[in-house]
Amino acid sequence: MFEIFGVPSQALFGQLLIGLINGSFYALLSLGLAVIFGMLNVINFTHGAQYMMGAFAAYLLLQYLGLNYWVALVVVPLLVGASGMLVERLFLQYVRQLDHLYGLILTFGLALVIEGLFRNYFGSSGEPYQPPDLLQGGQNLGFMFLPNYRAWVIVFSLVVCFVTWFVIERTRLGSYLRAATENPALVRAFGINVPRMVTLTYGFGVGLAALAGVMAAPIYNVSPQMGSDVIIVVFAVVVIGGMGSILGAIITGFALGIIEGLTKVFFPEASSTVIFVIMAIVLLIRPTGLFGRTA
Amino acid sequence: MAASVAPPAPQARVDRAHGAGTAIAFCIMVALLAVAPFVVYPVFLMQALCFALFACAFNLLVGYAGLLSFGHALFFGWASYLCAHAAKRWGFPPEAAVLFGTASAGVLGAAAGFLAIRRQGIYFAMITLALAQMMYFVALRAPFTGGEDGIQDVPRGRLFGLFDLSHEMTMYVFVLVMVIAGFLFIYRVINSPFGEVLKAIRENEPRAISLGYRTERYKLVAFVLSATFAGLAGALKALVFQLASLTDVYWTMSGEVVLMTLVGGLGTIFGPVVGAFLIVAMETYLAQLGQWVLVIQGAIFVVCVLVFRRGIVGELARALRVSL
Amino acid sequence: MRVAASLAFALAAIFANAAQAQNPIPVKIGVLTDMSSLYADDTGPGSVAAAKLAIQDFNPAAHGMKVDLVVADHQNKPDVGASIARQWFDVDHVDMIVDVPNSAVALAVSDVTRQKNKVFLVSGAAISDLTGPKCSPNTIHWTYDTWMLANGTGKSVVKTGGKTWFFITADYAFGHALQRDTSAVVEANGGKVLGSVNVPLNNQDFSSFLLQAQQSKAQIIGLANAGGDTINSIKQGAEFGITAGGQHFAGLLVFLPDVEALGLKAAQGLVLTETFYWDMNDATRAWTKRWQVSRPGKFPSMNQAGVYSATLHYLKAVAALKSAADGKAVVAEMKKLPTNDPLFGKGMIRADGRKIHPAYLFQVKSPAESKYPGDDYILKATIPADEAFRPMSQDNCPLVNAAK
Repeated sequence: MFEIFGVPSQALFGQLLIGLINGSFYALLSLGLAVIFGMLNVINFTHGAQYMMGAFAAYLLLQYLGLNYWVALVVVPLLVGASGMLVERLFLQYVRQLDHLYGLILTFGLALVIEGLFRNYFGSSGEPYQPPDLLQGGQNLGFMFLPNYRAWVIVFSLVVCFVTWFVIERTRLGSYLRAATENPALVRAFGINVPRMVTLTYGFGVGLAALAGVMAAPIYNVSPQMGSDVIIVVFAVVVIGGMGSILGAIITGFALGIIEGLTKVFFPEASSTVIFVIMAIVLLIRPTGLFGRTA
Repeated sequence: MAASVAPPAPQARVDRAHGAGTAIAFCIMVALLAVAPFVVYPVFLMQALCFALFACAFNLLVGYAGLLSFGHALFFGWASYLCAHAAKRWGFPPEAAVLFGTASAGVLGAAAGFLAIRRQGIYFAMITLALAQMMYFVALRAPFTGGEDGIQDVPRGRLFGLFDLSHEMTMYVFVLVMVIAGFLFIYRVINSPFGEVLKAIRENEPRAISLGYRTERYKLVAFVLSATFAGLAGALKALVFQLASLTDVYWTMSGEVVLMTLVGGLGTIFGPVVGAFLIVAMETYLAQLGQWVLVIQGAIFVVCVLVFRRGIVGELARALRVSL
Repeated sequence: MRVAASLAFALAAIFANAAQAQNPIPVKIGVLTDMSSLYADDTGPGSVAAAKLAIQDFNPAAHGMKVDLVVADHQNKPDVGASIARQWFDVDHVDMIVDVPNSAVALAVSDVTRQKNKVFLVSGAAISDLTGPKCSPNTIHWTYDTWMLANGTGKSVVKTGGKTWFFITADYAFGHALQRDTSAVVEANGGKVLGSVNVPLNNQDFSSFLLQAQQSKAQIIGLANAGGDTINSIKQGAEFGITAGGQHFAGLLVFLPDVEALGLKAAQGLVLTETFYWDMNDATRAWTKRWQVSRPGKFPSMNQAGVYSATLHYLKAVAALKSAADGKAVVAEMKKLPTNDPLFGKGMIRADGRKIHPAYLFQVKSPAESKYPGDDYILKATIPADEAFRPMSQDNCPLVNAAK
């Protein structure tokens, strides 16, 4: 066994793997944020609250309807995504053409309302949620014990990220979407209902947040403030990756998970700050983020 | 991507009503603030005044130079810490402690501004946020800040060795004078040739550059001024509450000042003052409601963005057809 | 200014005395607590309900008193807490503040209370400095403190064979204090601390830190954190097979609502120290039933029980003095009277402001052992009142030294 900076290499492998798991959540969340920003030009600060709603929806389905994790994985993104579409119709459509600031404040306000309501009904210490029976237990990898559920999180989020990237960047539907953000008038002239497409896109982005919420429920406690704890980090991930860049959000999400994981070994106190250091450096060197198109 | 945060509509500028309207509004404001401590709890007023100055300083940058900073807590909070530290551990008299805090905020502003003004729009906001969060980390770890306990029991001392600031009324007068002075200075800056150049940069930076202005320098000076006055507000707050804490350097404080300015009216002279009083009043008097505070606050922001985007003062000014 | 103030005060005193004959003595109690954030379930609305029960049981009318209650949320910010306290004392004529979870806020409120000469009864906050270097003649620390937690859990775990420790510590003053106090107890009893890791606030994922704890091969993983942090550490510890691998958690600050939130499946076997458990005896069960009228489906934490007990004792002292005006006098009277209530039994308050009562070492039951809702703990040991808290000789409290 060799050592790297006084840390046994085996321990380091374990930490890298854990970083990758956290990176999966960052990637999933920032992916949704990036899709919404890219298509709607709105910085969706409600994203954290929608992630929290996803986790609570899974909890409520189990508690009151007896529907298990697997059902929740399908149903919850649809439900929460639908609520997102309602939000877009009721509020967001009025701020899309304005400066980013207004969209940001509006969604921030909505996030406060949602979080406040959930705190009123569920208290603040949260509710437990067990991982599905199929994924209980774990594997001994020699250098660490990997819970099956965590392995599932990595694999599943990679699949979701890839599919999303593929749909938006490589299919006809995705090309309509991208065209609609570049030039809505022209796309409308082709007979495509742009407002509806925008609504559906927002619903999709929110659905991704809810999906991340369902996946997070068995790992973290389902609590009303789980969203506000991650939103700033996820937001930073999107900025580092380049606002609106799908691939950038995915790669940066995983990469930052790993960097954060390593910080937790070498300088644990700074692990929540390292992301901002990276953001400052990246923005000073590459103004539009690592994968952003030049404005 | 829009490079600047412009106020929603250009206001009727050099009209007759301009000077008169502002003067009348200013007199009303001063008169209200002079009477207020006999009716309203002075500590609440002092808190609101500190935030009003903070918001005015912030507004100088966002409303007139078009630079939305999301890291102003850095200057507010650090000035508050340094003022508290100077007063408590070094035994500085209050005027020196406030000056020390304010000047340090100016220095921090120069450093942060130097890095941040190279970027625009949302990227500018993000750099300021990143820098502020790094300094939050320093505040959390540095031994002199007392971690999450903050610096407590800060002595208010005697102003110039004469006035005992532990009397609420004396303290109020001190805060009021400092805040009004800051307000007038900022007003003067906005209406100077320098301020006109800032507005030109906000409206169209490439054009300002082509006219021969070195916009980087103007933006940096605006940033430093804004940071300095944010620092003055923070230093005063440390004396008022006899406490400097992590709350004032955390990113939520940066968010709060954005909200105050937006609710009051971006790019208006009195907007930040009105916004600050409103938000502080809400936080103080709704505290009994517990969880509902979040919901009410959130709802106000939503309504504000959807219904009166110019802010309270901005809408009022439009209705009265004056510039406020 | 001074003369005018003292004249006004003298006049007020005369009027107050004159008025006493006919009018009931007014007392205003402020419950300053966390209504919406991480400690809201341990304190919050449940503390308010407890204070109301105390007032009801005291029966103010029978003592010629009129007691009002106000509530506010300090949002876990020291500046917010201090400014509410100031306003309550200055404007709203509040005589006593109770609860205040969060050590930083409690220290700030303690300062304000001393300045204004009112009364501050701490139930929610843990930091033992409140009866140490930061002690005050206007403050009583009621329910528990960091020294008691460290001593109770630390000592018993070492004695039952948990010799080697690794700490997962919340990276702020409270976490460091808890780790410091526990390390001292562990080492004094023949144990050894192998290492520790400081975790930033608002961290969601503990797996990295748990892995470090696992690699240290320590028998006991001491959790010097609170609320959601503790919950997530334990929950993720179960997931990563920490407990299955033979290591055990020692929760240094775990409350009943946290155990409820974790679920017994994840929390079982956890050893913790509290000064109150709702299912202790008939009196606590009866009280819990009344408390549940306003908090259906919940179970009271020791903080909430402490609010009841502290408020009740405070009202007794005010009744004895027939005035709540002078905070120092009321606290002195409270120290003089022996304490007695159905929740904590008989006890006393020391000169440094420390309320003394027994502490209990509990172990969390497994789901199979739990017979009914809230049936969460097995009593492992009782730490007698005179051993549960830090001896005054080790306090460094200026009040005590002055008295010597």
